[in-house]
Amino acid sequence: MSDKLLEIEINHSLKTANGTLPMEISLSVPVGSILAVTGPSGSGKTTFLRQLAGLAQPRSGHIKFGEQLWLNTESAFNLPVQNRRIGFVFQDYALFPHWSVRANLSFALDKGAGREVIDELLQAVDLVELADRKPHQLSGGQQQRVSLARALVRKPDLLLLDEPLSALDHSLRASLQDLLLRFHRKFGFTMIIVTHDLGEIFRLSNQVIIIEDGKILKQGTPAEVYLSDQDISEGIIIYGEVLSCQKQKENLLLRALIGQHIKEIYVPLHMADDLLPGKSFALRYNPGDSDIMLIKN
Amino acid sequence: MDWQPLFLTFKLATITSLILLVIALPVAYWLAFGKFKGRGIVEAVIGMPLVLPPSVIGFYLLLAFSPSYWVGAWIENLIGVRLVFSFPGLVIASVIYSLPFMVYPLRAGLQSLPVSLQDAAYTLGKGRFETFYKILLPNCKPAILTAFVLTFAHTVGEFGVVLMIGGNIPGVTKVASVAIYNEVEALNYAAANQYALVLFAITFAILLMVYSINNRLLRVRQTA
Repeated sequence: MSDKLLEIEINHSLKTANGTLPMEISLSVPVGSILAVTGPSGSGKTTFLRQLAGLAQPRSGHIKFGEQLWLNTESAFNLPVQNRRIGFVFQDYALFPHWSVRANLSFALDKGAGREVIDELLQAVDLVELADRKPHQLSGGQQQRVSLARALVRKPDLLLLDEPLSALDHSLRASLQDLLLRFHRKFGFTMIIVTHDLGEIFRLSNQVIIIEDGKILKQGTPAEVYLSDQDISEGIIIYGEVLSCQKQKENLLLRALIGQHIKEIYVPLHMADDLLPGKSFALRYNPGDSDIMLIKN
Repeated sequence: MDWQPLFLTFKLATITSLILLVIALPVAYWLAFGKFKGRGIVEAVIGMPLVLPPSVIGFYLLLAFSPSYWVGAWIENLIGVRLVFSFPGLVIASVIYSLPFMVYPLRAGLQSLPVSLQDAAYTLGKGRFETFYKILLPNCKPAILTAFVLTFAHTVGEFGVVLMIGGNIPGVTKVASVAIYNEVEALNYAAANQYALVLFAITFAILLMVYSINNRLLRVRQTA
């Protein structure tokens, strides 16, 4: 990390299912750090990322990466996306379906740039043998690695990732997180990743912001944001997904997926309306007293 | 049987479709992704030939092309070609008449591609034009093929417009559909049947070919 900052000030109006919301995000991140962006869907995370990339323009705002000005709506300055040295990993990977893996990467080369970087990256993401395959002949994890490698061909200053690992299973996630950290160490880019996975936030990021309804709700290191939380000091929070529930006398027997394990939990019957199979939940459990509270579902 | 009207028909259809492909690609791109006011007006104008009787279009083109009126005189002065009752006139009329058949499938094809493909190309430093011909076009081949063939077939089937502005000059403007009409008028049903049968068979063969190719392309995509 350096003393340089990525300074962001964005004002926009966010179109949501419930009408338009004012979006106001003001933030500065040390260049070279990893910022996680999280929050409920529809809260403006993807819009934020696209505005940073230059794929969308906020109504007004100011973005500066180190010494380089990217956006200043007051002076009507907007550095085009092509000139903001960024890499973008899309949620749907956005691989070019008509080209091989190698061609997907080569397309990203700037004019006159050496081709060695393609082989290096293919090796780094372990895809040398699959370099001649088309994207549809690859698995999800492999496609994601291609998309990551492609985003790194131009050696970006800022790597933006929009829920890149959400479609992958746990073991693949872990190996891709490793890969991201390795690349981050090697290339030293600034990284902004949108994710819903708490483990991922702690594993990858130095900074996290929670965006809700277009505004930053909380900001800090993952520990500051999540561990000093009152919810924690008052007990343990269990995040999970309901698989089945069954009424048993005064209690509800909940079978839920917690992490990668199926657990049985007895909760008070009054929660029965909120806990339905397929729903995700957060329960607060106080070891001191036997009270279990539903804090989110 | 005189093959000339059939030959002329396919010559007209080929030239019209090629010209339209060049014109319609930017128009379709603009309609698919452009942000501008008055889109409705542009769309309505392009779509007019779908609903207007061909004789209406033919009538106004006849006025526009005729050297007795200022537009026709001006064009004739400018390019030195008289458009009315001539092959170039037929081509221009067909281009206007078949425009929606080229533009709409192309636009639908472009719009059906994930937006992230374009965005990805931009984030990789590529401009709009390079993104268009290297990424978007190769990925909407079925739409291009459909548009081309619909335009071709529609031009082959043209009758009203051609009759209005082209008339019936053998080897110049007498296309197959007009020839059929003439033969029927002359109660020469056998000759009319020959033309009709050839048009029928060729048109069916073309459509069959397109749908098989498109199905194959789509299958490749679906297994993706």
